[in-house]
Amino acid sequence: MTELAIIMMGAVLTNNFVLVKFLGICPFLGVSKKLDSAVGMSLAVIFVMVLATAVTYPIYMGLLARYGIEYLQTIVFILVIAALVQLVEIAMKKHLPALHKGLGVYLPLITTNCAVLGVCILNIDESYTFIQSLVNAFGAGLGFLLAMVMFSGVRQRIENNDYPISFKGVPSILVAASIMSLSFMGFAGVIDGIFGL
Amino acid sequence: MQFVIPVGIVVGIGLLSGVILTVAAKFMAVAVDETAARITEALPGANCGACGYAGCADYAGVLAADHSVAANLCTPGGNAVALAISEILGVEFEGAQAKVAIVKCSGTREKTSYSMDYQGYKNCTANKLFYRGRGTCEKACLGFGDCVKVCDYGAIYIENGIAVVDRKKCVGCGACAKVCPNLLIEIVPDNMRVVVGCSSIDKGSVTKDICSIGCIACKLCEKSCKFDAIHVENNHAIIDYTKCTNCTLCAKVCPTKVIHVHPKKPKVKAQ
Repeated sequence: MTELAIIMMGAVLTNNFVLVKFLGICPFLGVSKKLDSAVGMSLAVIFVMVLATAVTYPIYMGLLARYGIEYLQTIVFILVIAALVQLVEIAMKKHLPALHKGLGVYLPLITTNCAVLGVCILNIDESYTFIQSLVNAFGAGLGFLLAMVMFSGVRQRIENNDYPISFKGVPSILVAASIMSLSFMGFAGVIDGIFGL
Repeated sequence: MQFVIPVGIVVGIGLLSGVILTVAAKFMAVAVDETAARITEALPGANCGACGYAGCADYAGVLAADHSVAANLCTPGGNAVALAISEILGVEFEGAQAKVAIVKCSGTREKTSYSMDYQGYKNCTANKLFYRGRGTCEKACLGFGDCVKVCDYGAIYIENGIAVVDRKKCVGCGACAKVCPNLLIEIVPDNMRVVVGCSSIDKGSVTKDICSIGCIACKLCEKSCKFDAIHVENNHAIIDYTKCTNCTLCAKVCPTKVIHVHPKKPKVKAQ
């Protein structure tokens, strides 16, 4: 149990996908303008990350590792994740129209998201077990949610302030993102402290 | 021959995914309501919410499902869109009543003054929330332009400290009316030309001291009106636009000239 908790906390804080590993920057900058769309996007990311891990892990272990063709993992994972997200969207539209209305617009965006692909590949690299992979994927999604929610708050603060005209738009956002990323470096070593390692 | 297995695996996975997706798309296809789709196309797509529904697609869905819903609720689209929708649905065409926003404050910088040198967030909502407005009049236009920011049509602007509506561009969607923290903006039929430019709730003597154009609730307009269309409530005059006939008598008797008359709109015939 402790190990799962460590993986979880690590994925959310010390190895935050957006702010520490710099994966999934595109939606982080693109969809964080409003709080509700940021939350919607993050929930979709959590969902897809867990699902993609659950599918790619058996494929890697059953097919790629068995035949010694691990070098094909990137292309196979992209293929599988894209098909999976598409399938989920079709099924969701039919059976859960309310959820599709909320998450539907974000699903195609996630198809080619590097954070989703990243979590699948990192799970293999870290040689996690299946359960550990799922926990890591869920934690990574939560970390994404945390970063998105915090950053949308920061952006709304920025919009309401006067600042030099040369910083208007993207420059101010990038500066804010880098400062937030710096602040997450402060979490390094927090896990050791919490679990007394 | 060592490349057969890798190629086979990737091709197999690709083929399997393709087949699954095709089958899923076939079996889980959601029937799209053709009528709703056509109506959505006919609508302007501004998603302004003037019709009272969550957006253009939502309004189209309701129209397609329930023919008793009025087909002329889209004010930005006006007559042309109402006609198109009526044709799609096969219902009788009722002319759309074009609407326009009015601003019920005339307190420009010469007429009234600020009570503070406000340094906080530069938007109306924050100013109203923290200080109940920066002017001496509590109901004065705050002049930071929250309404300007939400207008998709560039039809409202801040001039000399107050919001002014460009009647030629305004489509009456009501986005500005929703954000004004002082509730100064009202949506009225666009053939209505008489506007009371004040919402002051202070007593007449107080208003006179802080704003040279404010409504002093003298009730001269109320007495002059032959149609029972203007009344003084809460210390300012309010026009009942269901009764007003644009006779402009009230504007003539008003001592502070706070009742404005907009020029007549050139008549545009519906196609």
